[in-house]
Amino acid sequence: MTRSGFVIANLFRRRTRTILTLLSVIMAFLLFGLLQSVNTIFNAGADFVGATRLFTQARVSFTQPLPVSMLPKLEAVPGVARVAYQYWFGGVWQENTPLIMFALDPQRYRDVYPEWVMPEERWQAFIHTRTGMIAGKQLADQYGWKVGQKIPINSNIYPQKNGTKAWIFDLVGVFDGKDEDWKKRTNLAFIQQDYFDEANQFGVKGRENFFILKLADSNHAQQIARTVDAMFENSPDETKTQTEKDFNISFVKQIGDIGLIVRWILFAVFFTLLLVVGNTMAQSVRERIPELAVLKTLGFSDGSVLGFVLAEAFALCLAGGLTGLLLASIAGAMVEKGTGGQFQLTVDYRVWLIGIAVIVLMSLAVGLLPGLRARRLRIVDALAGR
Amino acid sequence: MAESMVQIRNVTKVYERGRQKIEVLHGLTLDIPRGDFVALMGPSGSGKTTLLNLIGGLDQPTAGEITVGGRRIDQLSSGQLAQWRAHNVGFVFQFYNLMPVLTAEGNVELPLLLTKLSAAQRRKNAAVALEIVGLTDRAKHKPKELSGGQEQRVAIARALVSDPQLLVCDEPTGDLDRKTADEILGLLQVLNREHGKTIVMVTHDPKAAEFARRTLHLEKGQLLEQAA
Repeated sequence: MTRSGFVIANLFRRRTRTILTLLSVIMAFLLFGLLQSVNTIFNAGADFVGATRLFTQARVSFTQPLPVSMLPKLEAVPGVARVAYQYWFGGVWQENTPLIMFALDPQRYRDVYPEWVMPEERWQAFIHTRTGMIAGKQLADQYGWKVGQKIPINSNIYPQKNGTKAWIFDLVGVFDGKDEDWKKRTNLAFIQQDYFDEANQFGVKGRENFFILKLADSNHAQQIARTVDAMFENSPDETKTQTEKDFNISFVKQIGDIGLIVRWILFAVFFTLLLVVGNTMAQSVRERIPELAVLKTLGFSDGSVLGFVLAEAFALCLAGGLTGLLLASIAGAMVEKGTGGQFQLTVDYRVWLIGIAVIVLMSLAVGLLPGLRARRLRIVDALAGR
Repeated sequence: MAESMVQIRNVTKVYERGRQKIEVLHGLTLDIPRGDFVALMGPSGSGKTTLLNLIGGLDQPTAGEITVGGRRIDQLSSGQLAQWRAHNVGFVFQFYNLMPVLTAEGNVELPLLLTKLSAAQRRKNAAVALEIVGLTDRAKHKPKELSGGQEQRVAIARALVSDPQLLVCDEPTGDLDRKTADEILGLLQVLNREHGKTIVMVTHDPKAAEFARRTLHLEKGQLLEQAA
């Protein structure tokens, strides 16, 4: 028998309680691993490597539209092959199902996004039908839409000039992705920009949420982004140009301060965990006061007894924490694979390092009080049950 | 006269319970020679267990001197006392106080974690101690799988394993039937006579006291008589 063997034996004196506590630690660290990696994504710096498209939006937020008059200037930037633009429609299907739906120039969009696959006659129909709409295959399959149908869509932002928020579009095509990765993203729909500009009551004509710049050479992405932003610096419409991936992240950031949300969730999780594990440790020490007194009687010092309790807390947190982080790594890799690399939930070394620091801090937090109680025990009182 | 194992000089012990001060031992003086087997008897509250705790270094006197094995233990700090206990005293309790999560072998090996012995040597010493108390065949059993008598034998093996010269036993047969109690007391007698251990035993049971070489009677914190 060794000291570590003794610690583990004590840890499993009440097997069910320990396993349940261990499961809560595992769950907490699984959440921690995943949420911390989400936080890492949202706090990461811009990465221009390999970017083939850039997104230009208003510097403050993409909800502040930019004038379409920027178009020729953007097209004139060396290295920019083609420019498309999009405007958020805010579509709602039936009662309350929000759709990812943009108004755009069909030809420009097609040129910038060759990844979307649709028969030529469907593209032509979209280009030439003012009330036309195309939907991604996932979306069309989900709601049973067929080409030729009239699709009633509400907009929770834009009423028509007659005051109604109900719009009716002609579904002229269903597009798919060129490969498995792109097929997973076909959950959105597009309408004609010209029709939207004319029919909406707010008169937002001539403004766009963002421009999409297709690059002639991906090696110059960072330089082009700087050129574009410098071009509009100190103008009423200052811009922020970033890669498609960073834009997607900043799109999600519109929900709110993701870092703050993650921190609050983790705070709640660990606070609860602290109570659960702290209670387990306190109970475990309370129910074996005489045993701890016997250890002291046999010659174990006050510090050794404190060490045993802390070691138990550490073993519990370490086993649960490492298992949770490992599961988070596996789950993160699965999410990344499942989304075709769009959502990179990588539980990297930074998450592991923070996780290990949390394990150490939590062990101290839950083990120190019961440990100090064990340390302070007076042998004669404890043996007499006082 | 034989060399003293335990020397107690004018020892007083006062407990504080809230505002109340209770003097349990009043200026007690006592000598226990090396190799003696002493039974401490007396009514409840007479101070038997308090005296035993002081001799075993579990508690400190309020006044007076205690020397055990030639060392003044009343002046030791808590840490020094713990170290001293680990090497010089073995304890046997009424309710055995074994670790329920460990096997008999593990329980006996426990005090040896405080030594520098290798794992193999620790196992060997534990096996020898279990052999002395006749429990070799129960080494892998946990306390709940043992009878009361067997548990007490394991506790005696644990007390013996670091080869202390002094064994302090607090009502070691208080929880056992007569037959088993006699076996345990017989074992203590063997340890005293054949292995030279000095034993101080608190008991309420006059039959148990008969196994000792002599019996000391305490009443109201004072030694009444010394009977051969």
